[in-house]
Amino acid sequence: MDDQTVLKTTPLHALHLSLGARMVPFAGYDMPVQYPAGVLKEHLHTRTAAGLFDVSHMGQVVIRAKSGAYEDAALALETLVPVDILGLKPGRQRYGFFTDDNGGILDDLMITNRGDHLFVVVNASCKDADLAHMQAHLAGCDVTLLEDRALLALQGPRAEGALAALWPDVTSMKFMDVRDASLHDVDGIISRSGYSGEDGFEISVPADQAEQIASALLEDLHCQPIGLGARDSLRLEAGLCLYGNDIDTTTSPIEAALEWAIQKPRRLGGARAGGFPGAGRILGELANGTSRRRIGLKPEGKAPVRAHAKLYADAEGRTELGEVTSGTFGPSVEGPVAMGYVPTRFAEPGCQIFAEVRGKYLPLTVSALPFITPTYKR
Amino acid sequence: MLKFTAEHEWLKLEDGVATVGITSHAAEQLGDLVFVELPEVGSQLTKDGNAATVESVKAASDVYCPLDGEVTEVNQAIVDDPSIVNSDPQGKGWFFKLKLKNVPDADALMDEAAYQELIA
Repeated sequence: MDDQTVLKTTPLHALHLSLGARMVPFAGYDMPVQYPAGVLKEHLHTRTAAGLFDVSHMGQVVIRAKSGAYEDAALALETLVPVDILGLKPGRQRYGFFTDDNGGILDDLMITNRGDHLFVVVNASCKDADLAHMQAHLAGCDVTLLEDRALLALQGPRAEGALAALWPDVTSMKFMDVRDASLHDVDGIISRSGYSGEDGFEISVPADQAEQIASALLEDLHCQPIGLGARDSLRLEAGLCLYGNDIDTTTSPIEAALEWAIQKPRRLGGARAGGFPGAGRILGELANGTSRRRIGLKPEGKAPVRAHAKLYADAEGRTELGEVTSGTFGPSVEGPVAMGYVPTRFAEPGCQIFAEVRGKYLPLTVSALPFITPTYKR
Repeated sequence: MLKFTAEHEWLKLEDGVATVGITSHAAEQLGDLVFVELPEVGSQLTKDGNAATVESVKAASDVYCPLDGEVTEVNQAIVDDPSIVNSDPQGKGWFFKLKLKNVPDADALMDEAAYQELIA
């Protein structure tokens, strides 16, 4: 991005500045990367108490069939994602991804059945393309980007308590439930989900009332603001993919080890098998496997192994295997953690491989994901 | 007296040996450090060459050698606990000691007032 580009701001921009955030450009937005507490403390605070994230840069989209029937919207979206959307119950959410004709991933997203329509949340960096993609291909549907809403993520073991102060009914929600909520008379849509590996919530509220809700949540002594820095280390410890790093158009969902998001009705032999872009490749890979896979990696030393570090089978750098797609220091793991792609025969947990870091070949152990134990309320 | 470089290192010169670290400003900009790699004792370093690496949660950064010299001692404490660099960058968070090849070279570096002006 050049210096001439004017960064967009979220409805919480003034609040971030007042809280002393260090702001950075991210996906065209001026976003908080950290607050004065710092990334390490913010990360650990989210795992032990509650962290409040501004994720208003992400796209909130409503898909409504012109017929008014949920089924029509669901079947339309199933032409773009390999997910069972028709079978999604009202008030329930599911993870999914848009695929392309080559079986690559265009973006990942959260999909909710809102009774008579679909509500989806897409990545900030992809939202314009996603919107165009849906508007071009979802015949018979109106696809609307909600520009007047903010999105907060409240994550961690104290998240429920903090949110219950505004809306007590939240305690009856389970992981991936989505409900309408009146947060002290603010009209919210709450999902029990997030991207940290912790129990938590995403809270959609009208833009002009976002600061009021964020401030009310931050009044809880257990709740602190958390920036993008800790969001990245939290999701990496949780083994969750970051679009643009761990998944993109060059990676298929099966290579990315995301087959769990392709439900039975969309698989070969299922009631609505295939019918999404790249289905031939993706369903073939589901049946026959792939030549490479996304894996977790634990570097043995203390040095973080970053994205784009090359991976090798040997300590001399003779046989290149692939590369790291995300890597950092995991504050909860108390050591470096990474994800990357290797040939399938090297993808078994326990396998030792090497990464080139500043001219040295550092040993890493292929590790099961996630690196932490998620605390979702199933 | 402390001397400073434009790359945000500080030096404290005593008897021809410079104690070298990164400035409070640099430590603050880097954020929480999680990894420090120091040069080996006995290595010959040259001005503006790579002397050390520091990594925050977000990224790796190079620390440059401010002058020519030989490394006589390194601070193992910051390798064991990189957070010392954040808590006391211009004290306990020093990186290494450098026996200068040419002591008067240090005169060309910035004093504290000039450095403060640079980062202001």
